[in-house]
Amino acid sequence: MPLSSAEVEKVALLSRLLLGEEELRRMTAQLGDVVEYVRQLDELDTTAVEPMAHAAELSNVFAPDEVQPSLDRELALANAPKRDDECYRVPAVLGD
Amino acid sequence: MSLIKASATDLLGYLQSGQVSAVELLKQYLDRIETHDGSIHAYLDVAREAALERAESIDRRRSRGERLGALAGLPVAVKDVLCTAGWATTCGSRMLQNYCPPYDATVVRRLLDADAVLVGKTNMDEFAMGGSTENSAFGVTRNPWDLTRTPGGSSGGAAACVAAGMAPLSVGSDTGGSIRQPAAYCGVVGLKPSYGRVSRYGLVAFASSLDQVGPLAATAEDTALLLEVLAGHDPRDSTSAKVPVPDYLLASRQPLGALRIGLVREHFGAGLDSEVDAAVREAVDWFRDEGAEVKEISLPHSRYAISTYYIIAPSEASSNLARYDGVHYGYRTDERAMLGELQESRQRLLQEGDNAGAENLDGTLVRMYRKTRAEAFGPEVKRRIMLGTYALSAGYYDAYYLKALKVRRLIRQDFDAAFNEVDVIMGPTTPTPPFRLGEMIDDPLKMYLQDLYTVSANLTGICAMSLPCGQTGAGLPIGLQIHAPAFHEHRLLQAARAFQQGTDWHIRRPDLC
Amino acid sequence: MMADTAYEVIIGLEVHVQLQTQSKLFCRCSTRFGAPPNTQTCPVCIGLPGALPVMNEEAFRLALLTAVALECEIPSFTKWDRKNYYYPDLPKGYQISQFDLPMSCHGGLEISDAKGAFPDRRVRILRAHLEEDAGKSMHDEVAGKADSRIDLNRTGTPLLEIVTEPDMRSPQEAKGFLTELKLLLTYLGVSDCNMQEGSLRVDANVNLHVSTPGGVVATPIVEIKNMNSFRAVERALAYEAERQYQVWLETGRKKGDVPKQTRGWDDQAQVTRGQRHKEESSDYRYFPDPDLVPVRVTPAQIEEARQRLGELPAALRSRLQSDYGIDAYSADVLVNQGRLLVQYFEAVAQSTGDGKRASNWMQQDVMRSLNERSMVIGDFPVSAPALAELLSAVQRDEIDNTRAKDVFARMIDDRCSASDAMAALGIAKVDEAQTVELCREILRANPKAVADLKEGKQKAVGALIGQAKQRNANINPGRIKEIFLDLARSEQI
Ligand SMILES: [Mg+2]
Ligand SMILES: [Zn+2]
Repeated sequence: MPLSSAEVEKVALLSRLLLGEEELRRMTAQLGDVVEYVRQLDELDTTAVEPMAHAAELSNVFAPDEVQPSLDRELALANAPKRDDECYRVPAVLGD
Repeated sequence: MSLIKASATDLLGYLQSGQVSAVELLKQYLDRIETHDGSIHAYLDVAREAALERAESIDRRRSRGERLGALAGLPVAVKDVLCTAGWATTCGSRMLQNYCPPYDATVVRRLLDADAVLVGKTNMDEFAMGGSTENSAFGVTRNPWDLTRTPGGSSGGAAACVAAGMAPLSVGSDTGGSIRQPAAYCGVVGLKPSYGRVSRYGLVAFASSLDQVGPLAATAEDTALLLEVLAGHDPRDSTSAKVPVPDYLLASRQPLGALRIGLVREHFGAGLDSEVDAAVREAVDWFRDEGAEVKEISLPHSRYAISTYYIIAPSEASSNLARYDGVHYGYRTDERAMLGELQESRQRLLQEGDNAGAENLDGTLVRMYRKTRAEAFGPEVKRRIMLGTYALSAGYYDAYYLKALKVRRLIRQDFDAAFNEVDVIMGPTTPTPPFRLGEMIDDPLKMYLQDLYTVSANLTGICAMSLPCGQTGAGLPIGLQIHAPAFHEHRLLQAARAFQQGTDWHIRRPDLC
Repeated sequence: MMADTAYEVIIGLEVHVQLQTQSKLFCRCSTRFGAPPNTQTCPVCIGLPGALPVMNEEAFRLALLTAVALECEIPSFTKWDRKNYYYPDLPKGYQISQFDLPMSCHGGLEISDAKGAFPDRRVRILRAHLEEDAGKSMHDEVAGKADSRIDLNRTGTPLLEIVTEPDMRSPQEAKGFLTELKLLLTYLGVSDCNMQEGSLRVDANVNLHVSTPGGVVATPIVEIKNMNSFRAVERALAYEAERQYQVWLETGRKKGDVPKQTRGWDDQAQVTRGQRHKEESSDYRYFPDPDLVPVRVTPAQIEEARQRLGELPAALRSRLQSDYGIDAYSADVLVNQGRLLVQYFEAVAQSTGDGKRASNWMQQDVMRSLNERSMVIGDFPVSAPALAELLSAVQRDEIDNTRAKDVFARMIDDRCSASDAMAALGIAKVDEAQTVELCREILRANPKAVADLKEGKQKAVGALIGQAKQRNANINPGRIKEIFLDLARSEQI
């Protein structure tokens, strides 16, 4: 098994996911399978290969610095799960 | 007269000549949806009233002799991964169940500017992750050819609605085959444009360096018609190409000429279903008979495509989906219950004397994020987020993500070399015909391996399409995939249209009772 | 300082500067400060599904200008990366920043102190990169229920993050560096550097090199945050150095023994306090942002930026000394006030041909008036030519220096020229014969004073001058003193 359940738990925290015991067990096995499979890339020597992060290798795409109208606040906040007249609201961020 | 089996280009002619009104046409499609979508479930939402109003207004404008757009009066279905202002956009996820975007995706804007009638939003695998549309939070879509089978995915609804005659034109998205595979499974045409050909602005991101929006339709010509509307530079998308858009319909109608076709040796090996193999070879024979030169080529790194893809796509996805945290929009867990639960855990740990455990408990905000995401994402989305987070995390980046970016270049170099020798590459779209619903749901790796032939076009940014080229003994559709170099969509359309001139696979429709 | 010999303080700074663009880094929302919450946002900066960033050309231009001014190397290729972490004021769940290929690196800034508080030094710049700002979280306590309110107006504002090498050796030096950096940035016009509005934010990394019998030992590095003024930076660093020394004495802990700690400066209590820090939160999973394309910079673009720099503070200081004969301290004071004030000074100095007088007036009168009125030179009611006119009158002895200050005050109040102000105050050139006659009158009325003067008691002349000035405010006191003395001595009363 290339992944331990402790590792999977750590990844779940990094991913901001919460896994139940059964879910953790299944996830550990399934991720393990996939990780084991993708390690086939180790067969290839890629030391001299440039990484390719984009499918189309463009550069220098800019927009001019011209202000355009923002969203109406009501529209911006319309989808917020919790809000007041002006702001999004979340449980206190202090202590985190 | 029933217009359901007519091509979109023909329908456009009827609309222009006044043989049918946009409202009459729309009503036929709405009736069809009414009758069949209960069992197929291609649509997540049908905008009956809004579409009728729009069709009426187009008819009115036509009667006044106004100049109309390229798709004036044609019903178009839109995959629910594209933002529509004031119209729910869910991505097949509980996370966005009630989400209503304040803006239109650029392609939606282009459709509206072309006077298309947006008839509904189609079902999909959650956040476009999956190949069966079983990962939708709002129920599966069924294959119109066999209701016990998958229509493919993630654009399963987009392909099924065209196959079932519930829309003449449909817009999907393709990150690793999500247009082409369902097109193949449903017996329709689907085209994944070159990266940068179509704007991604307003396409809810799965894997940004791989995602492209593209057309699905019954014929190559209809595909050309829709692609021309979708394609073009968009200043809101930094990765959008400043390459002129040809007249795709006109280009598709050019005679085939001397076409050099490459067959990828590695694509005809183990794992390929024999019926699919035979149908694809027969289609290639048709081209050979028409004068095409067919040669075997090699893409030596093609066997690494799945691994490369299943590192890059989840990595990007893990970051793209971080925004769904229950703060600014979308689902949020029940705060009171979440706080109570946390409090309870803390007290229990303290009672047990586990002070370190109590200290290590999530803070309220971290727990809110975790509960929100755990409750609103489905298992496949969670798997990919986890996989991507792992591949990018400290200590693993070089071995997984960076390695995959390098192999991606090797795969691209294979294609560059191949296109020095051939004009197009042909092969199967999928290793098998459509599988049964539920068949692979518990084996993600097996499911991922189904993408063997499609992911390379996304990794390399070239264009590719799938078109019907045969059927199994059981009457299930088989797709032929054609690849062409980046920004050579016209070449794909030209080959596909020629094939459809000489064959009738594209005319066959499922028997729906 | 008691510990001066026992340890050396090692300081590195991370400065975030808001660039002065009209619109945000990746969308076209306004960057204006102080708008009502959530009125300057759009799908891009709220991070709505499907929205995409497009790079602001001006932000890149300003960053490039700054990098060139900081004598940085500018690589020909730079790219954008995502820094992934969860926070409610970061709506995408990642910050677009630059990781392994920043747009500039390996520069430096010379600092010195005219009063000699620290030795002249070149503080090396490790890197300067562009990134987007986050929004604001405001804590809200309502009826015992704690909520945070999120305002995304600031989200996506362009920031230049400037990271120094650990080259500073005292809190004064750190403050000196920040002062010089701020000056440079305002000279370039790339930022208003307003700390109150958050346009300039500073974090510091500090540790000690303690001398022990066994050699020099480095203590663990601590990052200090939440310092809201240069003064706070100086105090926090001084406090932290002493605190770390005490910790060292108590624990003997060396660098590497404990993970890097983050502490916040409490300005009220004047102490730093430890901040909670979970290990996993520092795994940012940087990777290239697939939504943005890289930038290629050509040597020609770098050269063009160099051409646009103009004269920077260090060069300006030495030129002012040589061109106008003023001392280093004066040049420093003037240059530190900013480019506009220097231009004002130069106009006055050139027009009067007397750099020293102009410099004195700038420092004593102009700057004091600006301070009293909380005004900037651009809004000052007395123009450079107007001040030059006044100083020329002083030079020609048409008016004495003290009276000139009254005229100057009048010029500020009435927003008028020197001649108009002099006219308003009834100042005309005083006739010599009239002055002599006035002096005679006063001496006649003060025989006691005349007697004192004859005995060589010069003190008496002060009261006489005062009387003369009461009779005619425009009389030049220097000249009048001479007349009094001459008349008393010659007894021609
Ligand atoms: Mg930073
Ligand atoms: Zn914005």
